[in-house]
Amino acid sequence: MRPLTLRRTGYWTFHYLLVAIYVAVALFPLFWMLKVSVTPNDLLYTEGVRFWPSRTTFAHYTSVIRNTEFPLFFLNSCIVSALTSIFTTLVAAAAGYAFSRFAFHGKFWIVGLMLVTQMFPLVMIIAPIFRLFAPIGLTNSLFGLVIIYTTFNVPFASFLMQTFFDAIPKELEEAAMIDGASRFVALRQIVLPLTLPGIAATLGFVFTAAWGELLFALMLNSTSRATTFPVGLLSFVSKFSVDFGQMTAAGILALLPVCVFFFLIQRHLVQGLTAGAVKG
Amino acid sequence: MTSIDICGIEKNFGSVSVLKGIDLSVASGEFVVLVGPSGCGKSTLLRLIAGLEDASAGEIRIGDRVVNDLAPKDRDIAMVFQSYALYPHMTVRDNMSYSLRLRRTPKQMIVEAVAKAGAKLGLQSLEDRKPRQLSGGQRQRVAMGRAIVRKPKAFLFDEPLSNLDARLREQMRFEIRKLHRELGATSVYVTHDQIEAMTMADRIVAMNGGIIQQVGTPLDLYDDPANRFVAEFIGSPAMNFLDARLSSNAGTFGLQVGNQTICALPPPPGLPTDGRVTAGIRPENLFMGGGASSVAARVELVEPTGVGTVVHLELGGQFLKLFTTERPKVAIGEVVRIAVRAKDIRMFHPETEARVR
Repeated sequence: MRPLTLRRTGYWTFHYLLVAIYVAVALFPLFWMLKVSVTPNDLLYTEGVRFWPSRTTFAHYTSVIRNTEFPLFFLNSCIVSALTSIFTTLVAAAAGYAFSRFAFHGKFWIVGLMLVTQMFPLVMIIAPIFRLFAPIGLTNSLFGLVIIYTTFNVPFASFLMQTFFDAIPKELEEAAMIDGASRFVALRQIVLPLTLPGIAATLGFVFTAAWGELLFALMLNSTSRATTFPVGLLSFVSKFSVDFGQMTAAGILALLPVCVFFFLIQRHLVQGLTAGAVKG
Repeated sequence: MTSIDICGIEKNFGSVSVLKGIDLSVASGEFVVLVGPSGCGKSTLLRLIAGLEDASAGEIRIGDRVVNDLAPKDRDIAMVFQSYALYPHMTVRDNMSYSLRLRRTPKQMIVEAVAKAGAKLGLQSLEDRKPRQLSGGQRQRVAMGRAIVRKPKAFLFDEPLSNLDARLREQMRFEIRKLHRELGATSVYVTHDQIEAMTMADRIVAMNGGIIQQVGTPLDLYDDPANRFVAEFIGSPAMNFLDARLSSNAGTFGLQVGNQTICALPPPPGLPTDGRVTAGIRPENLFMGGGASSVAARVELVEPTGVGTVVHLELGGQFLKLFTTERPKVAIGEVVRIAVRAKDIRMFHPETEARVR
């Protein structure tokens, strides 16, 4: 009995130790960003490597908000990410439902094609996309980014939504249809409320993907009117120096919306990401 | 109340033919049980009646209306699913009232209807609970309540008791029958459990391989099976089937199993010319002892069931079961004499498996 308990305790200690190490490693860059963002410029290079500066300041933050175009970039990112996640989730929910519930001609090829789009690196298609977008005014435009992000997120999001629909028994809809609902009413009143965790997970996934996207945002836009924050962060890197203080302050600020967003959906999200793990 | 008429129904899934020409009439107020092994097409037939699948050919009428092209919601039927299919995000009350709310029934009438159905099924104290807070038996009742709360033209049951334990199943069998007697609604009930079929049905429809094998009252099917499939499927312990031979001896026929003659029979028509036949004998029709016409069999196993005893026997290399309500004192390996009356033997064609009368 006793050796077994000891072994169990040892096992769990080891287990938690591993998790703790992982969390520390994963969160350390965030901590370092926070630390640099509150370090006054004069201490940045003079104090050596320290876990916390001897003096802290919010000057970088005020400077970023007052003297740079960062608030605009921030707003642009919010608009692009919000629209992208809403459009993508709408399309993905419809597609996922169709994949889950209907057998139709060409389903195999459509699914295959959607998979293929996920296979090659996006860098390859920047030139043709630029060539397509420029004449119709979608470069230097937030809406152009929304279109691109939606397009490239829909396939994966659809497969994600499909798994959530698959987890809802077909009989529920059938029961509703026998009870007197049309397929659409059954979808709205029975299936949709049960898919909310899935929708939250998809929204969260797409929002973060759009929020952190750099490549297209950098290549398609050259005016600050349509610049998103990841591109804006690059502006702190100049030819001869990097303004680490402002850059990290901006980075911390950029984390906030994502944190808020995940805080709002987290209750659904945990349910959503583990859905189907346990039958019941 | 309403009758259901099924005329020449066929159903194919791709190249697989699941129903091959089904004709069936369910009279108004009748309780019909579709019974058969997995994959026999009984659930598909039920789903066709419900409108959840489209027929490949044929016609379905509910009352005097052809419903082939009607959506499930317009057929005015209720269905109880094997998985219950309760809406997990709704309370018991909302589950039961959903169909009435969809029909925009006045609130007061909904409250009354739900209360009445709840009282009938003993659900009054559970109305504010969600399905996940209910036991299997309670969920089953809610599913029933959802069906009876509006007065549909017909009830469809798709193996509603399969997920319950044996005791609860027995109780629900009784309650469903009682409910049917009170409501008098036309009901079609699908099960693979022949005991459910026997105990609940006004008429049984035995199905196999997408074809109706026999339609009749439970005792019709038990006493007078149309073929070997029905004889084997209905009844527990199942009927014994012996490869036998009919030999004529001075005007009378004897049924020979191995080298023993088990019974003298009147001359039957329609048998293969070589006299080969499959003899079907229900275990309870075999008895121990007997006089001159008895045969010797060796005891293989003795199973007491409480109600009686099942004795497994070996007779000329073939195995059979004998059921008796007595408690015979026989030992394994012992040779006993067994006999059967000629009227209790059902004969089947060894190749076509059809009944030979």
